Amino acid sequence: MKIVFKSMVLLFSLLLVSCGGKEEKKKEGFSVKRQKTIEKVVETPAVPETKASERVDLSNKGIGPVTSLEIGNAIDEAMAVKGKEVFDQMCMACHRVGKKFIGPAPNGILERRTPEWAMNMILNPDQMVKEDPLAKDLLMEFNGSPMANQGLTEEQARAVLEYFRTL
Amino acid sequence: MKKISYSMLSLLGLAIIFTSCGDQGKSSSNGALSSSAAEKVYVAPGEHDDYYAFISGGFSGQLSVYGLPSGRLFKVIPVFSQDAEKAYGYNEETKPMLNTSFGFVPWDDSHHPDISQTNGELDGRFVFINGNNTPRIAKIDLTTFETTEIIEVPNSAGNHSSSFVTENTEYVVAGTRFSVPVPQRDMPINEYKGNFKGVLSFISVDPEDGGMDIKFQLIMPGFDYDLSHPGRGASHGWFFFTTYNTEEASTLLEVNASQNDKDFIAAVNWKKIEEYVNNGGGTIMPTNYAHNVYDEHTHTATSTMKKEVLVVDPLKVPGAVYFLPTPKSPHGCDVDPSGEYIVGNGKLSANLTVHSFTKMLDAIENKKFDGEAYGIPILKFEDVLAGTVNQAGLGPLHTEFDGQGNAYTTFFISSEVVKWKLKTWEVVDRQSTYYSVGHLMIPGGNSRKPFGKYALAMNKITKDRYLPTGPEVTQSAQLFDISGEKMELLLDFPTIGEPHYAAGIPADLIKPNSKKIYSLTENKHKYATTSDADVRVERNGKEVHIYMTMIRSHFNPDNIEGVKVGDKVYFHVTNLEQDYDVPHGVSVIGANTSELLIMPGQTESFVWEPKQVGVWPFYCTDFCSALHQEMQGYVRVSPADSDIDLSWSLGE
Repeated sequence: MKIVFKSMVLLFSLLLVSCGGKEEKKKEGFSVKRQKTIEKVVETPAVPETKASERVDLSNKGIGPVTSLEIGNAIDEAMAVKGKEVFDQMCMACHRVGKKFIGPAPNGILERRTPEWAMNMILNPDQMVKEDPLAKDLLMEFNGSPMANQGLTEEQARAVLEYFRTL
Repeated sequence: MKKISYSMLSLLGLAIIFTSCGDQGKSSSNGALSSSAAEKVYVAPGEHDDYYAFISGGFSGQLSVYGLPSGRLFKVIPVFSQDAEKAYGYNEETKPMLNTSFGFVPWDDSHHPDISQTNGELDGRFVFINGNNTPRIAKIDLTTFETTEIIEVPNSAGNHSSSFVTENTEYVVAGTRFSVPVPQRDMPINEYKGNFKGVLSFISVDPEDGGMDIKFQLIMPGFDYDLSHPGRGASHGWFFFTTYNTEEASTLLEVNASQNDKDFIAAVNWKKIEEYVNNGGGTIMPTNYAHNVYDEHTHTATSTMKKEVLVVDPLKVPGAVYFLPTPKSPHGCDVDPSGEYIVGNGKLSANLTVHSFTKMLDAIENKKFDGEAYGIPILKFEDVLAGTVNQAGLGPLHTEFDGQGNAYTTFFISSEVVKWKLKTWEVVDRQSTYYSVGHLMIPGGNSRKPFGKYALAMNKITKDRYLPTGPEVTQSAQLFDISGEKMELLLDFPTIGEPHYAAGIPADLIKPNSKKIYSLTENKHKYATTSDADVRVERNGKEVHIYMTMIRSHFNPDNIEGVKVGDKVYFHVTNLEQDYDVPHGVSVIGANTSELLIMPGQTESFVWEPKQVGVWPFYCTDFCSALHQEMQGYVRVSPADSDIDLSWSLGE
């Protein structure tokens, strides 16, 4: 009985091909597509000489809304207090003072980065990790953990930067 | 088993041969037509649809959101039924939404969505929808597309002539389909006649926050109140309800409720009753019903049991209610954009009856009565009739309007949409539907300002229109282009079932108001953890509360010890993300409830009662980032009598 059924199936498939084979082609295309989605594209990143987090670049202003920012000599304490509040709520899940956590520690950031770059990294992280060479390297150094866009206002980001100066 | 599958395969093979050879000829014959229809519904990748369509989910109890003209499904908004995907009715926050006077009811039959209006035009703030089985009215906030309020309707049964709004959303109206003893009591069923009552509820909507409250219930004779629509323009202040079973039969209604040649459209002057109530009229009746409100800031619903309702005897308010005789058990009750014409879709008739509001007022003034029913005046049919659309089709159900002087009526039995002209009552076009159309919807078709570009037909039967999926096949809708003289069928698309009515609106009226995230600083959830500094685990007897946060790509804490068998463990989880479209999910092995799906800035809670000693994992259920697979943690569960203290950590 089984054999009869099997041969019937075979017979019909043959008939199907003879009828133009349109359906068969579709099937092929479909399975190829599926395979493609399963395939993984592996990129091998170029290994930089120094870790991105330790590199010093005081000319790169990054990509984003902040193109120039003057930082006063004296620290604005009131602004720094506000900045700490914002940092504790919006950033602490990934950044801890004095130690590498999910992302780098913010201590001494302005010794390594321009204030504009730091602001843009907070305000425009999606574009930064795609287009800014340094931010791209940082993403790789930190296991591909994306810098989350926490929706800070420019004023909030500025306050956070002031808080970083107190660390 | 094998035998069956082989025989099925061979049958399938046979079917493919026949269809593949036959179809080729067919598709080439109407190639030109279908390509222009394809262009009309094609929304290119990344582009947006022009209209939102809110289509009732029928016996799924939910409300679906589609784009028109593409027919793409965007979201199923859980309303009256639990939804494990969104944790609706499963998490601690939304369980109270499904509370009723009958206890927790996890399902309903959702029917007629209607969008809020200002000055008779769609304003895009809320969608209302009725639960038919355990009478309830729900409100969906269109900034979040979430159900934010559900009010139970007491004294009602089969909440079908609902949930339609008045011109300025003063009221959302809910009428009973089944008449019942009011208040409910133990009595013989065959004493229905004269003893059962039909209750029409006017639920006020707060103009500021949209809060719902039952202003009054009108206690009407014991008919079936099938559908309703508001007056508008000149007829603003009135509401119209179709009735059937004016025979007041309690058994074999398919015969016994079709005896009278004419039933009624009940015209209710709600402004008059409102005035009566505001002046102290009406009687307080003891009752019991639930009012459930979801607070956007606490992300939490509360359920309050209300104990009384104000009822009004229509005979106590002279001039408030009249009956308009309408042939053959009318179903849909539709009012044209001007408010002048009231269409009664007599479902056992081939004709459509259209009443005139002006003539109705005149008949009332000149007392052109044809008797009374339980003290309510019956107006003379000939004196309120504006016209009849003769022999338009078989089994009319619903009518919508395009704002260009045309009306579109569905005919269930003859399975078609018929376009006809107001004032001349002539039929100008008809198109078949596949099959047996119920409702149809034109965006804004129940308002002063319809957007007469598309009509959406919602069909009751699908049969062969899609690939078969066993005995149960998909529900379906069909989109017509109605911008030309003739209607053109553009698209079939599947829907969740069963689609009753729908409400459509231009996307531009909603899109700019759609919320992207919940602000962490505005999170007032009782168990929120809006900063990692506040992460903790607390024990209170056998209750353990975990105050947890989540962000790409970890939980804090992710290692928890000191939980014991027999504890009731609450996971209160806050998503610290503040970026669009970064939800996280969470569940733990063996939880007797659904996952949580938590939007950015939101807090949700679920309960886990560990039954076995061991170390049990939890993880993020929504692919959130490249390191999503790493987003996991463990809870150690010790024997009930162990003395391990609670401890928690992350990265230590």
